[in-house]
Amino acid sequence: MKSLWVTSPYLPPQNSVSKIMFKVLVALLPGIFLLALFFGWGVFVNILLAVLTALITEAIVLKLRQRPVLKSLKDLSAPLTAVLLGIAIPTVAPWWLIVLGTGFAIVIVKQLYGGLGSNLFNPAMAGYAFLLISFPQEMTAWAVPGSLNAWQFSDIIRLLFLEQLPEAITVDGITMATPLDAVKTQLAMNQESAVAVPATVERLFTQGWGWLSLGYFVGGLWLVQQRVVAWQIPLGILCALALISTGFYFYDDQSYSTPAFHLLAGATMVGAFFIATDPVTAATSPKGRFIFGFMIGALTYLIRVWGGYPDAMAFAVLLMNIAVPVIDYYTQPKVFGVRR
Amino acid sequence: MQYSQLIKEGLWTNNQAFVALLGLCPLLAVSNTLINSLGLGLATTMTLVCSNVTVSVIRKAIPNEIRLPVFVLVIASIVTAIELMMNAYFFELYKVLGIFVPLIVTNCAIIGRAESFAFRNPPHKAFLDGLFMGLGFTLALVLLGSVREILGAGTLFSGAALMFGKSAESWTVFLFEDYSGLLLAVLPPGAFIGLGLLIALKNSLDIQRKAYRKEFKEQSVDKMN
Repeated sequence: MKSLWVTSPYLPPQNSVSKIMFKVLVALLPGIFLLALFFGWGVFVNILLAVLTALITEAIVLKLRQRPVLKSLKDLSAPLTAVLLGIAIPTVAPWWLIVLGTGFAIVIVKQLYGGLGSNLFNPAMAGYAFLLISFPQEMTAWAVPGSLNAWQFSDIIRLLFLEQLPEAITVDGITMATPLDAVKTQLAMNQESAVAVPATVERLFTQGWGWLSLGYFVGGLWLVQQRVVAWQIPLGILCALALISTGFYFYDDQSYSTPAFHLLAGATMVGAFFIATDPVTAATSPKGRFIFGFMIGALTYLIRVWGGYPDAMAFAVLLMNIAVPVIDYYTQPKVFGVRR
Repeated sequence: MQYSQLIKEGLWTNNQAFVALLGLCPLLAVSNTLINSLGLGLATTMTLVCSNVTVSVIRKAIPNEIRLPVFVLVIASIVTAIELMMNAYFFELYKVLGIFVPLIVTNCAIIGRAESFAFRNPPHKAFLDGLFMGLGFTLALVLLGSVREILGAGTLFSGAALMFGKSAESWTVFLFEDYSGLLLAVLPPGAFIGLGLLIALKNSLDIQRKAYRKEFKEQSVDKMN
């Protein structure tokens, strides 16, 4: 009898892979709409290009590896990677940027390691780090919030595909430094009063980043409620960031930003709920997940404040991906009735 | 061992970089341009030839118990001589390669060949082995270096003047107009990814050749029947 070979649990799981991926995609919707609202239609073009690239490259590699193509494409994991990368890059970035990044993420980071379930690193974040390291200029050119709302859709298409701007508009006119970037620049120029000017929470909200983070936060809470993601990881990340930034803020409120700023700026929320919680590359034991998340938060703070790049979620997640086997080894839950 | 087999092993079937994966430190660190790769590859080849011949000549005088320290002494003195020579004749290239020239001493491919081949074979064979193992290593370095230079900067032969003198300044080939460069290929991760892909390419070539040969054999057997 076949069923005898199946070990416990005997009840079928409520979430299949494609169901999980679909729920994550749904939870991303508020964030995506806010992103489009503040930073223009380009985000939809980016996502579309990313999903197409992901499906095509995944199909090609699966074919080369002689694996079932349709079954893997249907599990929605490749489109999810693509969407995560699509929302992580600037909405005014040229088309080849997202195509290159997604191709790298799917072919090298995911499929060459053995496909879904075998990849050591989070594909979306590895793709993001690849782009950030290779094309720093294109990757940090975020649009001035709201500046693209008056544009025709055809103007956006022309900007993304032909890199042509409408008349009387320059690249510097439509892009600006992100809040985290501004803090970094100010710190580099003037060690004394770095934080006060650009890094207030009000500014985060007038520039859209604060609302964006809240959008991801709401979607993330729904994911936790649906038990799609483990709550220990986001809790660990947010705890670490809040604790460490509070400590430094009270130590010197002139050169360290407020905890609220760190929680709402940049990729904190999307990273905590959507990226670090990737079931393949995150730690798997309950205690291990909290440690994994806490270390990501701590590393994010470290790199943001003392590192070379303004935001650090991608690097922190990738670094902790390496540490996952060790964390899992030392936090393995005790088998009931067995003494160690 | 046949001479042709020595050549084949060094260049392909036992390529020190692609198959034995030895000497990865210089291979990954210096291979960001074709000229740097060629410079370090030739220096390594010269070291391999000299150390192989020296070890082979004195192999009967070396007590088995202390052979490794003796190898290291031989290799270190040869590398020192080559380093001084590069300092004198290829000063600019020497400056670019920096610490990696003296570090040839620690290249495991060299002590590996001394231990596994030169210590057990006569000088003329050790010479051939050193030459072709070195050329195979140079081949790997140059391949990786060209891939990284093309992707990373869109050029080939940049800095040729470091090696071939002033007349080589115009050798640089610009492959793409207006290429902004893929920075990752020049940085260390690019070396790892590039080496991995090149090894994959070599293995797939080997597999294809094997399959082709098998088919060929079966066909000829069929014909004979």
